[in-house]
Amino acid sequence: MIKKPFFGLKKQGFEYEALKGDKVELQKISTPESLTFLIERKNGDGLDIFPKQGESVKAGEKIVLGGEGAYAVSSAAGLISKVSPFPGDFGQRYAAVTVKTGDEQAEDETFASLSGDLNMRNVIDYFAYLPGKPDVKALADSERPISTIVVLGTDADLLMTTNQYVVQHETDALNTGVSFLKQVSGVAHVVIALPQYLMKKAGAIGGASGVEIRVVDTAYPSASPYFIAKNVLGRETPAGQSFEDIGVFFIKAEAVAAIGKAVISGRPPVKKIVGLVKKDNSRVMVETLIGTPLEDIFQACGVTVNDRDRIIIGGPLTGSAVFDLRQPVLPDTDSIMIQDAGDISPVSDYPCINCGECVRICPTKTPVNMLVRFCEAGQYEDAADLYDLYSCIECGLCSFVCVSRMPVFQYIRLAKYELEKIKEAELSAEESDE
Amino acid sequence: MSNQRKFTVSHAPFWHNGSKISERSYHTIFAALPAVLFGVFQYGAPALAVVALSMGSAIFWELAFTRLARRPDTIGDGNAALIGLIFAMLLPAATPWWVVITGTFFAVIIGKQIYGGIGGNPFNPAVLAMAILMISWKRYFDFDTALVAYDFNFDMRYPLAALKFFGVSSVWSFNAADLLMGKQIGGIGSTFGLGLILGGIYLMIRGFIRWEIVISFIVGVLLTSLIFQQAAPDTYAGPAIHLFSGYTLIAAFFLVPEDSSSPVNFVPMIIYGLAGGLMTVLIRNQGAYVDGVIFAVLIINLINPLLDKIRPKALGRVG
Ligand code: SF4
Ligand code: SF4
Repeated sequence: MIKKPFFGLKKQGFEYEALKGDKVELQKISTPESLTFLIERKNGDGLDIFPKQGESVKAGEKIVLGGEGAYAVSSAAGLISKVSPFPGDFGQRYAAVTVKTGDEQAEDETFASLSGDLNMRNVIDYFAYLPGKPDVKALADSERPISTIVVLGTDADLLMTTNQYVVQHETDALNTGVSFLKQVSGVAHVVIALPQYLMKKAGAIGGASGVEIRVVDTAYPSASPYFIAKNVLGRETPAGQSFEDIGVFFIKAEAVAAIGKAVISGRPPVKKIVGLVKKDNSRVMVETLIGTPLEDIFQACGVTVNDRDRIIIGGPLTGSAVFDLRQPVLPDTDSIMIQDAGDISPVSDYPCINCGECVRICPTKTPVNMLVRFCEAGQYEDAADLYDLYSCIECGLCSFVCVSRMPVFQYIRLAKYELEKIKEAELSAEESDE
Repeated sequence: MSNQRKFTVSHAPFWHNGSKISERSYHTIFAALPAVLFGVFQYGAPALAVVALSMGSAIFWELAFTRLARRPDTIGDGNAALIGLIFAMLLPAATPWWVVITGTFFAVIIGKQIYGGIGGNPFNPAVLAMAILMISWKRYFDFDTALVAYDFNFDMRYPLAALKFFGVSSVWSFNAADLLMGKQIGGIGSTFGLGLILGGIYLMIRGFIRWEIVISFIVGVLLTSLIFQQAAPDTYAGPAIHLFSGYTLIAAFFLVPEDSSSPVNFVPMIIYGLAGGLMTVLIRNQGAYVDGVIFAVLIINLINPLLDKIRPKALGRVG
């Protein structure tokens, strides 16, 4: 862990991790006994899935939930043994579908048998659970048309390298994916965002297909979509709006390569590239089926975890801690981190002492010292109106430096979540009035 | 099996830079030591007694209050001890014990705890307490009478009082080097300029105080005194006297940049510091008080919430 420098005047900060070496070996994790897939439950969705509990699924087959057709894709053949509710952070609700894998290797042919050219509908129907989890619905949203697609060859948090790996090692699939996306979406402007050291790959990427290659700074959080939009595209996202509102669609390199592979082979990929960061911060890159429980990965990689250790999905600044080793790898799980109990600094219940460290480090110039007071007091509307709650891009740096060790970042995310709930309640109240 | 193990589940981020409040307090106390030890050395046992009583009683008030209010004990964060120390540094060595204890009561309870404790205080607690005492028991804070029992081998007049009552010609005999080396009377921890500067530089480079405030306060004092001097050299003393005597240096490093009562954005910090320097000299030159620091600090504390509204445009902010 990085400590405050002795000369505290020096600006603190982090650099993104670069994936060293031209050829990185993936450690392949074999098919586990059971796989678990999470499907987000929207309002009113129960736990009814198709195929049903007790029925068998093929590798690559969709498991569909509820009215809006949310789905997961089973990454191996097997029997659906269990469906249970699963809570996410901030009130999200999921259905957790467990598949017992067997010896049988049946593969689903539905995607391969689609006749004719693939269209946007097929993309929505088959690519939502791909590794890298592309937000395919946003790409197809006719109310908010996309004018620029940005392929992220960068990773979202520190110590993560999945997308960099894909740029280095899966160039062909990436190119196919880019061409396909251009063609199916009709968006002509595609930008690939890369860290400087990957620019040597630039010639091989996009090549003839005429994409724009742009460099992203290595200082965290330059690779945040907000900063890529602002610094690379020159388009600032107004606070509270989404990237689709300004016509930009972000997609991870891993997802684009997965789309490329699906187009080439007729089989949407079901394997995920995950960085496993051990207690000593050393890292192995593993390739594993989506849905693999963390404990199988730990076992295969010789990782032991003890009481009071912390298991983190995602990066050290923005990830989320899990309480159960049966937690599965999800389509967007780029990194798993194990932190020794001794390396965990406790949070405190102290109030803000107004030291200003958060204001110094905040990349978005959010007045964190004031914001946190309002968030802590539950005055969320003032937090948004007066103290730029929605300018925060959720990088986590403010909590990292907080002298009071307040959960600043958590307060901010909670405030956004609560406001969202209030808004939704107001909307539904209006609807019922009509 | 594995799922019986209990993992630590908490919120991102999962790294912290290791800083904490107690570190900030204790390093500030450490940085104040050269000036305090010099004062104790100069004034002997009474000064030591004042310092000890002030720190001890400040801690006591904090403990008593948190117990009564059923809040968690906070004396471990070192902030009460720090307030006690800073307060003692402002006092004459001969301050009666009950004045010290009353002072720390005002500082810790009225200055900090009733606002909800650390981080909530709109005024610097030690300064607020000083202001109340200076108004209530003026005579204990007249350094010339308070320290009449002492006799050192340097000019025993309080420089700012001499300046105020006998005019600028009366302070020509003070030279900057002597003042810097503590050859002047004043508060226990306020006279050894060199020690204060060393401690202050330490705090600035370690990032425990906001250097922008310190520098702009000093610049404010220098500029204002220079302007006065240029306008009427026979009436007003120059920057050196203003900088090296009275509470100027202790204010620059230990009073003005107090976390809770000062701004954190760049432009506000600069205005805040400059205004503090300006008010200090203005009160000294024009006001009723010998030293303007205490009231100047209160005034800038008062405008701090307004100042901190001036801030850079946050990402994506419209309008
Ligand atoms: S998480 Fe904190 S530091 Fe990062 S943008 Fe938000 S307020 Fe600023
Ligand atoms: S870093 Fe923490 S204590 Fe310091 S101003 Fe920010 S929120 Fe307050």
